[in-house]
Amino acid sequence: MPADSPTDSLATPSTGSPVPPAPVATSDAAPVAASDAVSVSGWGRTAPTTARLVRPRTQEEAVAAVRGCGERGGIPRGLGRAYGDAAQNAGGAVFDMTGLDRVRAIDADAGTVVCDAGVSLHRLMEVLLPLGWFVPVTPGTRYVTVGGAIGADIHGKNHHVSGSFSRHVLAMDLLTADGTVHTVTPGTPLFDASAGGMGLTGMILSATVQLQPVETSLMSVDTERATDLDDLMARLAATDHRYRYSVAWIDLLARGAAMGRSVLTRGDHAPLDALPARARARRAPLAFRPGQLPAAPSFVPEGLLGKASVGLFNELWYRKAPRSRTGELQKISTFFHPLDGVPHWNRVYGRSGFVQYQFVVGYGKEEALRHIVRRISERGCPSFLAVLKRFGEGDPGWLSFPMPGWTLALDIPANLPGLGAFLDELDEEVAAAEGRVYLAKDSRLRPEMLAAMYPRLDDFRALRADLDPRGVFRSDLSRRLAL
Amino acid sequence: MKDAFGTPQSLLVLGGTSEIGLATARRLVARRTRTVWLAGRPSPDLEKAAAALRDMGADVRTVAFDALDPESHEESLGKIFTEGDIDMVLLAFGILGDQARDEDEPLSAVRVAQTNYTGAVSAGLVCARALQSQGHGSLVVLSSVAGERARRSNFIYGSSKAGLDAFSQGLGDALHGTGVHVMVVRPGFVRSKMTAGLEEAPMATTPDAVAEAIETGLRRRSETVWVPGALRVVMSALRHAPRPLFRRLPV
Repeated sequence: MPADSPTDSLATPSTGSPVPPAPVATSDAAPVAASDAVSVSGWGRTAPTTARLVRPRTQEEAVAAVRGCGERGGIPRGLGRAYGDAAQNAGGAVFDMTGLDRVRAIDADAGTVVCDAGVSLHRLMEVLLPLGWFVPVTPGTRYVTVGGAIGADIHGKNHHVSGSFSRHVLAMDLLTADGTVHTVTPGTPLFDASAGGMGLTGMILSATVQLQPVETSLMSVDTERATDLDDLMARLAATDHRYRYSVAWIDLLARGAAMGRSVLTRGDHAPLDALPARARARRAPLAFRPGQLPAAPSFVPEGLLGKASVGLFNELWYRKAPRSRTGELQKISTFFHPLDGVPHWNRVYGRSGFVQYQFVVGYGKEEALRHIVRRISERGCPSFLAVLKRFGEGDPGWLSFPMPGWTLALDIPANLPGLGAFLDELDEEVAAAEGRVYLAKDSRLRPEMLAAMYPRLDDFRALRADLDPRGVFRSDLSRRLAL
Repeated sequence: MKDAFGTPQSLLVLGGTSEIGLATARRLVARRTRTVWLAGRPSPDLEKAAAALRDMGADVRTVAFDALDPESHEESLGKIFTEGDIDMVLLAFGILGDQARDEDEPLSAVRVAQTNYTGAVSAGLVCARALQSQGHGSLVVLSSVAGERARRSNFIYGSSKAGLDAFSQGLGDALHGTGVHVMVVRPGFVRSKMTAGLEEAPMATTPDAVAEAIETGLRRRSETVWVPGALRVVMSALRHAPRPLFRRLPV
């Protein structure tokens, strides 16, 4: 897929100015020319398929789009940050939700916001931070929409304290397959099926979200190094509860005694009195100014991220981190979203793209985690983005990913020979440990594994069969995994 | 749907008794493929092939398909796609013919051309249109190095493969950007029942090696695959060899 394809234009932050109409990717010479068909892929850029892109700008247009989406159905899509095929729908419609982008109401006293599903977390931060409020949960990128955050039931570095995103959703408007709009509140089956339901229960139109109060837009961050996996797990288990946000970057190429060496970064929102008296930040403690570097080039040769280059990067990254440092003030963008600083960073993997593997295994299954980390490090998967976190209490969503336990996420170039079979083996170990992999990042799971990983899958299927018997809401993910 | 590595979940093999076709099906069934359609002329061999794949755990169905009857293709192949998405179509039918006899009996030469080329044009187009309307899928076409340059020893077969190869390349260009991927596979001499009794050419390969190359090609989304890979270089040289010299080469 060419890097300047419409998929990438979808991925650009759309706040402020509307996304230009996507160019037509079909050739006129094709036997059947679907003139408005575009190639769509996930953030990992594997397995692109073609769909009709529909961009509703009002609720009425959204209803019309769902009613008229045709035989192969449709799926809502936000900013395209899901790694796999969750927001693709081959041969059918893809509803680009970024046209529904209004922040409708903010209650600055109670700390709630009502906004359209297509509003990004970036936009919410721009609007809310000056008022002293922050989004309750943010993943590693600000460029996800509120609708996508609920659909994937995203989590952040604060899951052990705050749970996942939909735990902070007070209500949402959901457009279902019959073309009607329902206000859905927590505690109902429709809410629990939609939180983490990958857009398959209907199109989220708007949501009311409970926010997190902050005094400043800076983070107070503690950094330390762990020499190996056991050291890391011990440190995380002993002290995680003292921090709102906690994450560890692991060097998965380190082997032998250094296996699992890592850098822990933990922190909380800096209170006003933590800012030095004469610092510039004192004058505007709630300013939000994320910086941005130039975008990754549109063509990157294949195989740039091999064992040698990633090994070198990991070595430097580990050495660069302080052995121990406390109370460092960092910008929100530096602490939460370092990769957002490089637009289109997904291009560095070349045209065959990459897969992200994220799984969770419960507390008490540490042996399984150790074994998997050892296998990954012995195999030499060139992953420079590997993070380990601890999840807190599970969330009510039927297909929600988080459960109490350890979660590891890693990026791997898709062109690595034998990777498919290797990840299948890891799935077996994860499932044997009663863990699961994250659907928002999946692009390769065997359908047979799903029921073991998600015990409420049958409830989800039954609700969908009832709510949407014709399968109006459908995606490549739902076809691949028979969701 | 295909996964991130291009491995299909459903497969249609045109030429359901083809050794390369079945070697590929076996390989893919061991990965992700759960549904296999074997299209070919009804025969005990076709049923046996289906049974062997069923034993591996796949859901296998056979469908009557005759390359020499292009008028039936629309119906016989079209109905397969109405039963669900096909992630990959492997166009694997073809006959070698008997060069000496075919030179003497033009009608038997025509049969080679009609099977390998005309039949593939019609079946290829029918499948391409179905794949395009589902917005995804791979059409993998088994061409041959014999189509790269006509040789004295098998130019009738070679010319039919040359036509098929050119057709498939053009189809691939026409479908570029539609979500449908066309991959042309050019094996060298493959040890199989088709070539039994023939003198083996240099760099001979096996159906399993071709299957492996197809799987790699799917992962890389390749447009052309040579088996073995070194043939790309060899054929590039042979293609440009002057004819007086080429005639004398023992190829």
